[in-house]
Amino acid sequence: MRLRVLPKEQVPDMVRALMADYRVWGPKAKGPQFAFEPLYDPAEMRLDYNISILSPKVALQPPQERIAVFHLDGGFSVEPVLEVEPTVIFGMHTCDLHALELLDRAFSADFPDAHYLERRKQTLIISIECLQPCDEHSFCKSMGTWTADEGYDLHLTDIGDAYTVHVGTEAGEALLAKYAQARPAADADVRRLNEVMSAKWPRFQHRLNFDAAELPSLLATAYDHPIWAELGDRCLSCGSCTNVCPTCYCFNVIDSPDLSLKEAVRLRRWDSCQLDEFARVASGENFREARAARQRHRMFRKGKWLYERFGKLGCVGCGRCIRACLTHINIVDTFNAIHASQHRR
Amino acid sequence: MTDSIYAPRMARLADVRPMTELEKLFVVEFPDGGSLGHQPGQFVMLSIPGVGEAPISVSSSPSRSNGHFELCVRRMGDVTGALHRMKPGDVVGIRGPFGHGFPIEQMRGRDLLFAPGGLGLAPLRSLINQVLDERGSFGRVIILYGAKRPAELLFRDELEQWAARDDVEFHVTVDRGDETWTGNIGVITTLFPKITVDPRNTVAVTCGPPIMYRFVLMEMLGKGIPETQIYLSLERRMKCGVGKCGHCQINNLYCCKEGPVFTYAQIKNIPEAL
Repeated sequence: MRLRVLPKEQVPDMVRALMADYRVWGPKAKGPQFAFEPLYDPAEMRLDYNISILSPKVALQPPQERIAVFHLDGGFSVEPVLEVEPTVIFGMHTCDLHALELLDRAFSADFPDAHYLERRKQTLIISIECLQPCDEHSFCKSMGTWTADEGYDLHLTDIGDAYTVHVGTEAGEALLAKYAQARPAADADVRRLNEVMSAKWPRFQHRLNFDAAELPSLLATAYDHPIWAELGDRCLSCGSCTNVCPTCYCFNVIDSPDLSLKEAVRLRRWDSCQLDEFARVASGENFREARAARQRHRMFRKGKWLYERFGKLGCVGCGRCIRACLTHINIVDTFNAIHASQHRR
Repeated sequence: MTDSIYAPRMARLADVRPMTELEKLFVVEFPDGGSLGHQPGQFVMLSIPGVGEAPISVSSSPSRSNGHFELCVRRMGDVTGALHRMKPGDVVGIRGPFGHGFPIEQMRGRDLLFAPGGLGLAPLRSLINQVLDERGSFGRVIILYGAKRPAELLFRDELEQWAARDDVEFHVTVDRGDETWTGNIGVITTLFPKITVDPRNTVAVTCGPPIMYRFVLMEMLGKGIPETQIYLSLERRMKCGVGKCGHCQINNLYCCKEGPVFTYAQIKNIPEAL
């Protein structure tokens, strides 16, 4: 589909028009940081954000959602609840776009999860190209997620006073036609886009000291590596790393009666494999009791197991877990240390 | 409306039978009389409305379904505690059956060695009774059952029937006897010297508390039974039953989906499994 150009001054009008028909999520300032939240005023949106505290997965797998209601009068009846509304996620970075592909595969596999998939079906993604690394913690270049050529409905690139718009889907094409007055790209626009992209590449650094494609085989020989004990000694089991991770999707299911005891809701909440009770059964047996084993579990999921299951690495190099960790557990340093020790041998 | 994989079907307790101090047998039926359609070794997610949900192995054999199925449940947490307070006619929620059960087709023609410990008899009883209902298509049937105390033995009427059958070699032991107990005393591994097997033609099946596996496996391997012919049913925390919530993961295996029945060969190199 042809490249379009959207003048920047049109964006607020486009967002306002979208807000009439969709729940529009976008990056907003939150103190000195940024958060993906529903927009109530187009002026709140900060497309110049570096990275959001939580990934925009919050719009697709909310921290808590209702998944069923039980009516308890006279035995019970149960009705599934799908909390779905037409949604646009505006300004998603490409690392999070790659993460979304993994969530799509996880929730579609074997037993399709209607709560996620219906929401996904009714959500349009407008992503934006990063022209600068967020900070010293991102390693998207190493993970190959610093750009994307699919997964979006529309993809913006800042070329100065306008954005170029790559159209990824027919739904994106229709959205652009209905809510914006984008013009076809002229030769000058394409030249400007090429200049912007040429200037982008050298700004990003590799931070893994090896090819990310080697991660699964690297970890295959690192299950008993001493680094897990080191991480276990430092880890506080707070779960921050998994909360901020764009590819973490593990959850808890909780039934909660209302005060009248006539109704109960079944809630799905984010959970974390880093919490002590995550793998503990009612008898008290805990199948992943050591913090070292829990950190290893997280890193193996990111670097090996999700890849083996879904054909895509579970880490997209956003660096959020590194920023969030209170004791400076660093997934890049961990992978590099394992690589270094195995190369010494 | 689109169906949710997390919304249970309504079911009714047709009967509740006390078994031991901690365990009861719950006979469950669907209002429409439909069968669960399970394989031995599979489990269901049992909901107590307003309380929560827990994975429970199906204890009855598909060959004896008669429009109902049985769950042998220990009173242990919130959900099982609430279940134990329920009576016939009360309503529960059921999702499933889920998971990979025992590959009964691959067991036909073979000698079978069952070694359940304690509550581990609950999932194995489903398979044992199916085998006994099709007795002619299997070789020897050996059952070694261990419990902590005589009062903790489950399905006592069936144990007596198994003991009385000529075509079942049945041995039972308790860790500690009492004044009425005249049988074997000792852990389940003390029963293994009582039997000889043709290892190539034997399929072994075990389920029990985590501590038990290591020692029972040593006995089975010691008898020369191949790793691919030893089946275990494992317990894990589960919140979804469909391979998503992450709680039951054994490294990269989802116990709810790839399990709960595994061969020893599948899990022997996974330190987290046992």
